[in-house]
Amino acid sequence: MTDISYKTISKIAGPLMFVEGVENAAYGEMVEIKLPNGERRQGQVLDTRQGLAVVQVFGATLGLNIGDTSVRFLGETAQLAVSDEMLGRVFDGLGNPKDNGPKIVSKTKVDLVGSGINPYSREEPSEFIQTGMSNIDGMNTLVRGQKLPIFSGAGLPHNLLAAQIARQAKVLGGSENFSVVFAAMGITSEEANFFVKQFEESGALGRTALFLNLSSDPSMERLLTPRLALTTAEYLAYERDMHVLVIMTDMTNYCEALREISAAREEVPGRRGYPGYMYTDLSSLYERAGKIKGRNGSVTQIPILTMPADDITHPIPDLTGYITEGQIVMSRDLHRGDIHPPVDVLTSLSRLMNQGIGKGSTREDHRSLADQLYSSYAQGKDARSLAAIVGEEALSDLDRKFMKVANDFERKFVNQGMDENRSIEQTLDIGWELLSELSDSELNRIKPELIEKYRKKSGAGA
Amino acid sequence: MAEGIITRISGPVVIASGLEGAQMFDVVRIGDMGLVGEIIKIDGIKATVQVYEDTTGLRPGEKVINTKRPLSMQLGPGLLKSIYDGIQRPLDILREQSGDFISRGKVIPALDQKIKWDFVPLKKKGDHVSPGEIIGEVQETPLIMHKIMVPYNVKGTLTDISEGKYTVNDIVATVQNGTKTEIGLSSWWTVRTPRPVLRKLPPEEPLLTGQRVLDTFFPVAKGGTAAIPGPFGSGKTVTQQQLAKWADSNVIVYVGCGERGNEMTEVLTTFPKLEDPKSKRPLMERTILVANTSNMPVAAREASIYTGITMGEYYRDMGYGVALMADSTSRWAEALREISGRLEEMPGEEGYPAYLGRRLAEFYERGGKAVVISPEERVGSLTLVGAVSPPGGDFSEPVSQNTLRVTRVFWALDASLASRRHFPSINWLTSYSLYADGMGDWYKNNVSATWISSRKEALEILQKESELQEIVQLVGYDALPEPEKGVLDTARSIREDYLQQSAYDDVDTYTSIGKQFLMLSTILEFGKMEADAIKKGITSVKIGQLESRKMISKIKWTKEDQVEQLVKDTKSKMQQEFSTLLTEATR
Repeated sequence: MTDISYKTISKIAGPLMFVEGVENAAYGEMVEIKLPNGERRQGQVLDTRQGLAVVQVFGATLGLNIGDTSVRFLGETAQLAVSDEMLGRVFDGLGNPKDNGPKIVSKTKVDLVGSGINPYSREEPSEFIQTGMSNIDGMNTLVRGQKLPIFSGAGLPHNLLAAQIARQAKVLGGSENFSVVFAAMGITSEEANFFVKQFEESGALGRTALFLNLSSDPSMERLLTPRLALTTAEYLAYERDMHVLVIMTDMTNYCEALREISAAREEVPGRRGYPGYMYTDLSSLYERAGKIKGRNGSVTQIPILTMPADDITHPIPDLTGYITEGQIVMSRDLHRGDIHPPVDVLTSLSRLMNQGIGKGSTREDHRSLADQLYSSYAQGKDARSLAAIVGEEALSDLDRKFMKVANDFERKFVNQGMDENRSIEQTLDIGWELLSELSDSELNRIKPELIEKYRKKSGAGA
Repeated sequence: MAEGIITRISGPVVIASGLEGAQMFDVVRIGDMGLVGEIIKIDGIKATVQVYEDTTGLRPGEKVINTKRPLSMQLGPGLLKSIYDGIQRPLDILREQSGDFISRGKVIPALDQKIKWDFVPLKKKGDHVSPGEIIGEVQETPLIMHKIMVPYNVKGTLTDISEGKYTVNDIVATVQNGTKTEIGLSSWWTVRTPRPVLRKLPPEEPLLTGQRVLDTFFPVAKGGTAAIPGPFGSGKTVTQQQLAKWADSNVIVYVGCGERGNEMTEVLTTFPKLEDPKSKRPLMERTILVANTSNMPVAAREASIYTGITMGEYYRDMGYGVALMADSTSRWAEALREISGRLEEMPGEEGYPAYLGRRLAEFYERGGKAVVISPEERVGSLTLVGAVSPPGGDFSEPVSQNTLRVTRVFWALDASLASRRHFPSINWLTSYSLYADGMGDWYKNNVSATWISSRKEALEILQKESELQEIVQLVGYDALPEPEKGVLDTARSIREDYLQQSAYDDVDTYTSIGKQFLMLSTILEFGKMEADAIKKGITSVKIGQLESRKMISKIKWTKEDQVEQLVKDTKSKMQQEFSTLLTEATR
């Protein structure tokens, strides 16, 4: 049926187009739409029954009409031609070259909506990635094959953080077969240029594939962009043995697009108008991170999302947090305090941290040191808010000590600026230094043997 | 087999027409790929089908075949150590057949069809047998003896039974009662139908989990139901996994329902390495995993908890204690919501279908301690623990609320505890267990006569602490009178030296109930001595520096066999240090 064009559009509503008389369009089939002026657009079948296909139009519906617009069903579901050549290239949100380069020609065509990885085939992610950032390496360690989003807010420097991670990330003692896939969804051209410039400066551009859907581009494309990026990443990882870092920004725009299409289909909305299947939809993206037994590559994801009104309980960060293996949360207070990166360590989390740290990968004291820093920082912050009410003098000696630890933690440990690249040893030693204020018995999260060994080693405390 | 055609496809929902004689919940095979689905609505000649696999690429006009059988599963030796998807397809075999990504339309038998099991009869020819009676055994794993039972609708005289090696599809015995019935090594059961029991018993024995906050403060009974709601990052999954690892039940069914793929991998890699504390055998030998991760088809997620619970009931019927962990029931509820939305049903609260509460209640009602159907009195239990993932950590949402109505233990995970790395982050003020009082006799007989009073005392101290904290917020710590500071010290010790427990430390990950009692009684005794000393004018600062205080914090890191000695030493050190303090004070 690939050669039949239909001119039987009966209704156009928002991004949806109803085509009558179609006997058997496949669910998820791609369509090509030819406008009266000869322009071509793409679409995809969202609902199909005998005699009717509902098509979601990627791109604007401007100029579509009933009668002259023709629709051709392509007979295949969404696919992408993939090859090594994609590295160093810039594509638009639908995968067409945007850099005046040639179209990607490849025999390998892959379905965009891949089937899920069999959980039995997954390999447990356990290789420590040194990002050079103390707050991540020390407290919320990233490992290969993890999905660790950055929860940010409008106006916070999440892009700087993501770019710094992409620039500094390395695996200790590992061979470097590293590439970056970057998916932009609805970000401004300024932000996109920032990333391109960053990749250029660090010399990573040649190993990067960029998929850019900018804020001026049609919102429906955004539903496809991350899938293009992940399909490319999976190809590079599992067929070409590369370790791929996928940066997806901004997931909030993706979810908005999802809500838009759901509203157009008149579906029963879930929380705040987002569709009830948003969890499933998001997981079909995030769960594509991972490692597979017997294959050398890996897909590590750093999705970025801006929390509307900094609200972590908003459905977008909420559902994301339930799927991803932790989160890095940016804090407006720290940002105001001129701390960079302004990462709120207490609400951040890396679920795969334990697999990547400890003897043999980082250092044996890593886990307990991190726990101690967490609880001391939390206690110190409590003391600080208490001091704001009753005055510092009314605090107990212990609380005053913890307060000092908390302040130092923010100023020395978290705050490292944009250019400092700390090794894990440095990070841990700074941690021990902070704890030098506390006596041995106050270090209740660390086993005595480790206190003995590392307090002295790092030259801190007594 | 009736055949029809697809007339409409919308996500996981397909409408087929021409399926004559279709019945609700019949399993159908859809399209040229033969995807598996289940009929969930019948309207004239049209049948609505929820499809357990991704429907991309299906076209109207493709055929639909009705297998005329409801979703059912094969139960027999070989279930243990398996990892299944939501509709009981073994994922390891699926990988062998179709590679690392799950392919569609595969039908794979749940049990290995080739393994020959050693069947040992317990009855002989000529014996009269009744429904549920055990006629023989198979050593399924070194931990579990698999019992072969007479099906519920069969009774009569054994005309044939013999020892030997059999596959799951072989017949091991025949029963004559007018008609001849063959009994196989395995049997079939429909997953949506609960397996019947004779009568339910009150749960009176705790399910020991080795987790101090659970065993001491909020115990769940064997055959009880518990809910763990909590926002993301509060440790639901770690708690569930700790239960799966250390709970003292015979069989564990772990259902990963719409959760992370890497988490299932973690279970798969760690369980075979972990030893059961009692038998020293790998934990995997008593475990069945059901993994339907979030990116696997949503309809199969809906089915996965039924798949899990049916296997649980099967082992309960053999007389075992079974514990089932479902992580997370919210994802299951969301699957219900998604299907319901596609069916254009009128939504209830937050878009969930109006029957959400009923379905949850039906699920939890399948748990319990029961006398199973059998002529000899046999008791089994099925404990259900469901994680709930409330959006935004807000417990007022429908899934949490409907779950709390039907479960009797509530383990409230608390994000603020988690963010200060107090794990397990179970809030001791809001959690509850309705079993605790009913199990008093068990504790009296098996742990200590003072267990219940110690538990009560510790909870009271924690309650007092939260009241005092409010005062501290207003006037500062220094303004508190000394006796109150003493209470805060004891509460802090309970929190840090007792409630905090590391899942990642080799020793701390599991604490026997005996060690728990020793630990708690030591802490409370120290608290009493402190209170006495303060009355006699000694400051809490001074007491905080005592050596025995430090010794208490070491108990949790101490191995089970050395605990008694350390506790003895600590207590005598306490005696000695406090009496020194008092003599100094009176001098």
